[in-house]
Amino acid sequence: MRGASVIVIGAGVTGLSSAWWLARSGADVLVIDKGIVGWEASGRNGGGASHYHSPLFHEEQRLWPQMDELLGYTTEYRRERVIFATTEHHLDNYRRMAEICRGLGYQVDDLDPAQVRSFVPLAGDNVTGGIHLRFGGQANPQRTVQAYAWALQDLGGRIAQHTPALRILTEGGRVSGVETPHGVLSCDHLVVAAGPQAQALLAPIGLRLPLAPSRAEMIVTEPAPLMPVGGADGNGLYGRQTLRGNLAYGGGPHEWLEVDALGPYRRPSTPVLRNLAKRVAELLPRGAHLRVIRSWAGVVENTPDGRPVLDRPADPGNLTVATMSGVGFGLSPATGHAVRDLVVDGKCSFADLGKLTLARFKETPPDWRERQGWLPTTHEEALAAMAG
Amino acid sequence: MSAQRGFDRISQAGKVPPPDEQVQILVVGGGAAGASAAIAAAKAGASVMLVDENPVSPGLMGLDTPLYFGGRYSNAVQAQGRMVEQILASNPLLEAAFEAGVDVRLGVYVWGAFTPGWGLASLPSAIAGLADEERAWTVGFERLILATGARDVAFAFRGWDQPGVMGARAFQALMGRYDAFSGRRLVILGTGELAIQTARTALASGLEVAALIDVSEAFQGPSSAAAELRAADVEILLGQIPIGASGGLEGIEGLTVRDLAAGATRAIACDTVVEAISLTPVVELLDVLGGAIAPAPLLGGHAPVSPDGTATSLANVFLAGDVAGAPGGVGMGEDAARASGHRAAQAVLASLGHDVALGAVLTPGPGFDALAYQMTWARALMAEPDVIICQCEEVTRADLVAVKPPTYLGPPSPAQARRDLASLLEDGPPNQDQIKRLTRACMGPCQARRCREQVALTLACASNAAPSDVPLAGYRAPVRALPLKVLAAWDESPEIARYWDVWMGIPGQWTPYDDIGTEREALSAGILGEGGHA
Repeated sequence: MRGASVIVIGAGVTGLSSAWWLARSGADVLVIDKGIVGWEASGRNGGGASHYHSPLFHEEQRLWPQMDELLGYTTEYRRERVIFATTEHHLDNYRRMAEICRGLGYQVDDLDPAQVRSFVPLAGDNVTGGIHLRFGGQANPQRTVQAYAWALQDLGGRIAQHTPALRILTEGGRVSGVETPHGVLSCDHLVVAAGPQAQALLAPIGLRLPLAPSRAEMIVTEPAPLMPVGGADGNGLYGRQTLRGNLAYGGGPHEWLEVDALGPYRRPSTPVLRNLAKRVAELLPRGAHLRVIRSWAGVVENTPDGRPVLDRPADPGNLTVATMSGVGFGLSPATGHAVRDLVVDGKCSFADLGKLTLARFKETPPDWRERQGWLPTTHEEALAAMAG
Repeated sequence: MSAQRGFDRISQAGKVPPPDEQVQILVVGGGAAGASAAIAAAKAGASVMLVDENPVSPGLMGLDTPLYFGGRYSNAVQAQGRMVEQILASNPLLEAAFEAGVDVRLGVYVWGAFTPGWGLASLPSAIAGLADEERAWTVGFERLILATGARDVAFAFRGWDQPGVMGARAFQALMGRYDAFSGRRLVILGTGELAIQTARTALASGLEVAALIDVSEAFQGPSSAAAELRAADVEILLGQIPIGASGGLEGIEGLTVRDLAAGATRAIACDTVVEAISLTPVVELLDVLGGAIAPAPLLGGHAPVSPDGTATSLANVFLAGDVAGAPGGVGMGEDAARASGHRAAQAVLASLGHDVALGAVLTPGPGFDALAYQMTWARALMAEPDVIICQCEEVTRADLVAVKPPTYLGPPSPAQARRDLASLLEDGPPNQDQIKRLTRACMGPCQARRCREQVALTLACASNAAPSDVPLAGYRAPVRALPLKVLAAWDESPEIARYWDVWMGIPGQWTPYDDIGTEREALSAGILGEGGHA
């Protein structure tokens, strides 16, 4: 195997989109991954694409409607989203979210209960109201990751699966390549989009990226007739009705994990799937008879403030870090563009990323995970903490 | 806990509710192996719960859960009370288990099992998820004995989705445990021990067996069995593949076979086709638990990794009966199953500190390479590419090899049309989970019971790979397809409800970017609690 002008570590959505954008600019790109494309959280998420809090939001909204055409493969993207409530408390929250989105220049309609049911026929008499985002939407994560991979290859980019990055190599203060079990791969620029594995890769070259891995889980039902708006959620859940008709929803308690260079070795679901089933049945009572046929869990990386790192630090100068703190799928079209800009031009052309640098963690104490309680915690430890 | 250490109230730690019930030993599966294990353990003084899902609801039987029933059951299965009586009558060991003090639960599904380990630090103890038709609950256990048996490996041919095409283990269950088989005249696929046993059961019950069919030119069982069957007017048709079942509303009325060498076709009248090619161990709960599973060609496919057919890679989980491996793809038989159950009880009791000597390791079954025989069938059936292989998602063999997106996505784009299995193989070995995601094969409500193995075998055929080189497609809880309202935790704890968050509950994660570092930051953090619904 030979190196490349740009090597991307991590064949998740962030790494694949970055590589695809770089290939579109004519770069010679190689993506390496410890497993197969999109196998971790990139292929195990709700597929939402409405991230109004992000500096990449406008680019996310600009790109998604074009992605099928740009990639040449379907992502199952569908525009619009209905978020609806079964309590006044949730409805208040959703209406405030609507205000923020309107403030950003996007159309959001308030919905009364009957309007909610017309868009989401599986909703019930318990609806208190909702909001209708005339933007955003959702796509199929599993199809999208493969679409990025194929589109990248169609442009001449390469993907090396089952090729974990073991070490970042430097020479004269610059990154010179990556050590893998299949040999050293040299590069002119390195993009680290390795999710939970990024921290351990960056530490030996003096870059501190504090990350804590956690697990989130979702459940899936058998197909139901398609609703007018598939991107419908609320009641503490995120998710959607897929184009096949399945209801796929997640949310609720997460678990903090330890992950090494090759892990996670398992992605266990837990009895939380019963709490998810309860909330889906409450949200969509006319679908409460639907059978749950699957659950899944994904392992994501979290920064201490929950915000991404998109940064090309001055030292070593030829390395770009991209981690989305567990919120990477929907933003991925825009993230890839930002990474492409950082690698090629040294600066993002469409958004200010100044608040997403590594430097903000300079003062983060070494034991930050322990202080925040973001470590694997046993039942007994938790009970002691709750009592104390 | 150190004074420094914080606690994340949004996380799962401390929120796993105590199980609704607690036993020392939980046995899943009330067949000969499981019931024997439960009886032996109870007699030694242990508290034992034996859970068996039979009688399974007609709804799940229609999804070929847990066995490949193929719709060939009578209305008797609708009568739950009669079914319970029939199940007790057909398995005297269940009565013996009651008498030995075992807490026997019939008609109860085990949809998941969870044991503390990597990624599950928050789980205080090992628990299993149970359910009946009305509700779900949990039971804690110290030791788990899986006696979930084996199920049929199905193979698709045109018309196999009609009532009347079924598996050998399901046929045995409908004949014995359920007394609800509705067919009269059978054609049996396969000529190995499983097919021979199926024919003998049918003939002994007064059913007609028209023929045994094999794609192989060689009769797989002993020649004496071939002679015995021919003497009973059963045709043995070798070197033939099934190419289509014809039928009406009531199910199939005949099967057409084609001679692989001569090409001649022939129709055989029958109301049932029993696929008796191979069984494979039911490893779904072990996979959900995180136990080690590996290809075992002599044991019918992927089987638990076990040094002795009893222990697993998990210290608190043990095996009894065919779940440890269906020798030769046939299963171990009743006597061996009882012995296996006894040994499982001994191993469990010893692990709990009882002074019990562990019996000798059971001798393995016949050295028949069941996986190779499955591949023989899969290779022959590759000649029938346009047959739906995944009934739930309507995926054909050709779709699988073309990695074709589902039809509801419309015609493939030009770039998509250039992609197929070969282009994926350029990136690495075949991966069934990846193919699932792209074609949807194995993603339906039957939870891939009808197509999991044949999809893996087809990928092996199309990739020129050994079947053992295709990694096991992962099983996920719930391993029984239960309605949302049944599975739901309606009684969830106030702690879970109070700290429920859409995502990780990280303060400020959803703060609008422009507000970060401004006085608006605290304000937006306050109003955007409970996640962002992004």
